[in-house]
Amino acid sequence: MSFLSLTADDREAMLAAIGVESVDALFRDVPAGVRLGRELEVPPALAEAELYRHLEELAAKNELDEVSFLGAGIYDHYVPAVVDAVLQRGEFLTAYTPYQPELSQGVLQAIFEYQTAICELTGMDVSNASGYDGTTVAADACFVAKAVTGREKVVITEATSPQVREVVRTLARGFGLEIVEVPHVGGTTDPGRVREAARDAAAVIFQQPNFFGCLEPAPDIAAVTAEAGALPVAHVDLISLGVLEAPGNYGCALAIGEGQSAGNFMSYGGPHYGFLAAREPYIRKLPGRIVGETVDAAGDRGYVLTLQTREQHIRREKATSNITTNQTLLALAGLVHLSLLGPEGLRETGETCMALAAYAKVRLEERGVKALFADAATFKEFAVDTGRNAREAIRAARAQGVNPGYALGRDYAGMDTALLVAVTERRTTAEIDRLADALAGVGATA
Amino acid sequence: MKLIYEKSRPGRRGLGVPKPDLPVPEVPFGLARRAPPRLPEMAEPEVLRHFTELSTRNFGVDTGFYPLGSCTMKYNPRVNERLVGLPGFRDLHPLTDDDAAQGTLELEWRLAEILREVTGLDAVSLQPAAGSQGELTGLLIMRAHFESIGEGERRTNVVIPDTAHGTNPASVTMAGYRITHVKTDARGNIDLDDLRGKVDEGTAGLMLTNPSTLGLFDENIEQIRDVFRAARALMYYDGANLNAVCGISRPGDMGFDIVHINLHKTFSQPHGGGGPGGGPIAVRERLAPFLPRPVVERDGDRYYLDHDRPSSIGKVRGFSGPFGVFVRSYAFMRAWGPGLTEMSETAVLNANYLLARLKDAYDLPFDRLCMHEFVLGARTLKQKHGIGAFDVAKRLMDFGFHPPTVYFPLVVPEALMIEPTETEAKETLDAFADAMLEIAREAAESPDEIHSAPHGRPVGRLDEARAAKELVVRHRFDDGP
Repeated sequence: MSFLSLTADDREAMLAAIGVESVDALFRDVPAGVRLGRELEVPPALAEAELYRHLEELAAKNELDEVSFLGAGIYDHYVPAVVDAVLQRGEFLTAYTPYQPELSQGVLQAIFEYQTAICELTGMDVSNASGYDGTTVAADACFVAKAVTGREKVVITEATSPQVREVVRTLARGFGLEIVEVPHVGGTTDPGRVREAARDAAAVIFQQPNFFGCLEPAPDIAAVTAEAGALPVAHVDLISLGVLEAPGNYGCALAIGEGQSAGNFMSYGGPHYGFLAAREPYIRKLPGRIVGETVDAAGDRGYVLTLQTREQHIRREKATSNITTNQTLLALAGLVHLSLLGPEGLRETGETCMALAAYAKVRLEERGVKALFADAATFKEFAVDTGRNAREAIRAARAQGVNPGYALGRDYAGMDTALLVAVTERRTTAEIDRLADALAGVGATA
Repeated sequence: MKLIYEKSRPGRRGLGVPKPDLPVPEVPFGLARRAPPRLPEMAEPEVLRHFTELSTRNFGVDTGFYPLGSCTMKYNPRVNERLVGLPGFRDLHPLTDDDAAQGTLELEWRLAEILREVTGLDAVSLQPAAGSQGELTGLLIMRAHFESIGEGERRTNVVIPDTAHGTNPASVTMAGYRITHVKTDARGNIDLDDLRGKVDEGTAGLMLTNPSTLGLFDENIEQIRDVFRAARALMYYDGANLNAVCGISRPGDMGFDIVHINLHKTFSQPHGGGGPGGGPIAVRERLAPFLPRPVVERDGDRYYLDHDRPSSIGKVRGFSGPFGVFVRSYAFMRAWGPGLTEMSETAVLNANYLLARLKDAYDLPFDRLCMHEFVLGARTLKQKHGIGAFDVAKRLMDFGFHPPTVYFPLVVPEALMIEPTETEAKETLDAFADAMLEIAREAAESPDEIHSAPHGRPVGRLDEARAAKELVVRHRFDDGP
């Protein structure tokens, strides 16, 4: 086996040093009654060339030859090549959590830089080293809010991602939290209804732009939430934060979100990373790793994992979370992408998304496909009324080589004709014209 | 070394962005960004150099021996990186219709099949994002099970031994259960008398790592199983140490009802400086209805995601799970095939060899053969020479090794938890053993050399207390907060 170095002679010498006759004798503490006693029934071993062919064949069974406007939380943004180069450095790729700082200054400094980038983007004071994804950080935020306020209800807007809401509902049970949803009105959330729901709540979680792509009256939602003594929590898209205001600048206590759109391929949903940033007073309640700056004996600057007394390996059942392994490598990808873009590149990416999305709205409208929430401003994603069952509309468009988006009826009752269309900077006006043709039902074949 | 923000100069850019000839809509008043985020402004070559330099200040399995106990830092085959980057995997959107995602779904299904066989259980969810999330998911399934048979109110406690990973008690709290602690006996097994006195009608289940964090297989696992069977409570297997027993003993055959598998440990997903991981769970048939949704299923030649699972606990993460992790672990399993047994045998051989070479120089808490890892103590060195586990760890860096896990498990004073894995050569094991023996000698002869370690690293020993007291967790720009 090519992953092993031991020779037959090595094995003999090692067994002799241990003082046993055979490898089997090493397992004498395993009772006979729980031994497998046969070979594992798994597919036969493959040589590397065979393995490559097998996986290549599996990958080829996926159909990727269509122009896609599918978003709904995961987006087809461009991932720069430098990201690949950095992630394939074995010193990053094959290290673990930096428990020994003298051997881990590379990843510790990178996380410190990541925390800084997340704070700058969200307008917050502190960030953890990443969470699993954009759904689990919402559950983390609930836990923080409960610890901070002592309240046991969390409000989440219906216009927040259905997956986020479902994960929060699943994990809230253990926390002993009640989850209340506030319905949308015409694609956005009414701050007046949030005000009512926020009474006695630990937090109000809302998404900006929301799941329908619409821009929420976020400052008003944050204000009524804070007035009720609850923590305003904004779930935001990193790529939008060059053009959209930072949650910290309109009164949010926490900012969370899915980091995939910065630095990560879609990869059928993961691994990606979630980010979790907060105002300074909440730092001791945050789950997950946090890197801090310090000095060594010579007074030179260095970085360590800090506030570890929050964590499970110290606090055990009293920890702020059970998380250990997080998503460092994917967060590093995000940092590299954001470092390449800089403030100007981030703003331009957002502007290009907005310009192309606006073009798409106009082109679709011209072909009779109307925006569903025409009064709401949007960023890179928007909902349209296909005038028929959206799943059928998708099927028809896909037959013409265009995946037009996501059927909102999959998650929202009464929205069977609604389609969610995402436009990133990777799409072109020509591709959008094809989308319009396909949805209008008169397009030529691809 | 400078932070990337300290290298930034206004006007530099590292990436161009397409700019179609289209008007850019205005963002409504009050929602538009006022001050831009202070991201780095650097050209592409300097960005690459910055991160390359950072990488040289880091140590991975690719750099050298990394015997971090309980973390299974084995070699990560490079072909897996090539495979995960195949455009057919990399560029697939997770909400793609099943008919256009047959390749990924088939891979997920095949991975689940192998996990069923390796664990000896019936049904698999790939969704949990890491081992600790697998634990929480398993405990929520435990709750759902007892609620479904009307015993949810009564069964409030989960039994955990004092050797458990910290994640176990933390997960129990997050699942809304209380903990019943159980002691370790003189041979390093669960204390059966203590256990029998603590399992009753209020017990929901057990969480156990077997082999334990001491690297010892619990010799009484069948008696433990009988105790929980009699109480009609469930048994949860923390799969962190599965690398010891693949093809030798299966959790399902030991009596466990729910198992999580750390794909990043046993099945070689690179640890990435602290993630990503993967924590699929496997359960017995009667618990399958409670698994997170969706679950990948097969109907003839067609694969699909089954979302319609009314008894499911819900979702614990987005989509079907961290797919890229699945690609690497599936490829690793296919490279081994049934030889996975040899993988575990070799891991156990390597660990026992190191143990044999070191057990006379350090405290040996339990004089038994170990499994894939073992725990030694530096208490005697500490008492005699003032050299503790922390000092041993720092001095090991001077010999070019990553230190073992230290101060865990808590039941062994000055613990050094050593896990060599199967992929190390005998020469490496010998060099490490020589270094450990040398350090034990130095403790008596030249302890100052140890106290000042490590030497020649980018930084010396860091002031961790100061980091926690004077919190600086983000760069402070010169011109503002």
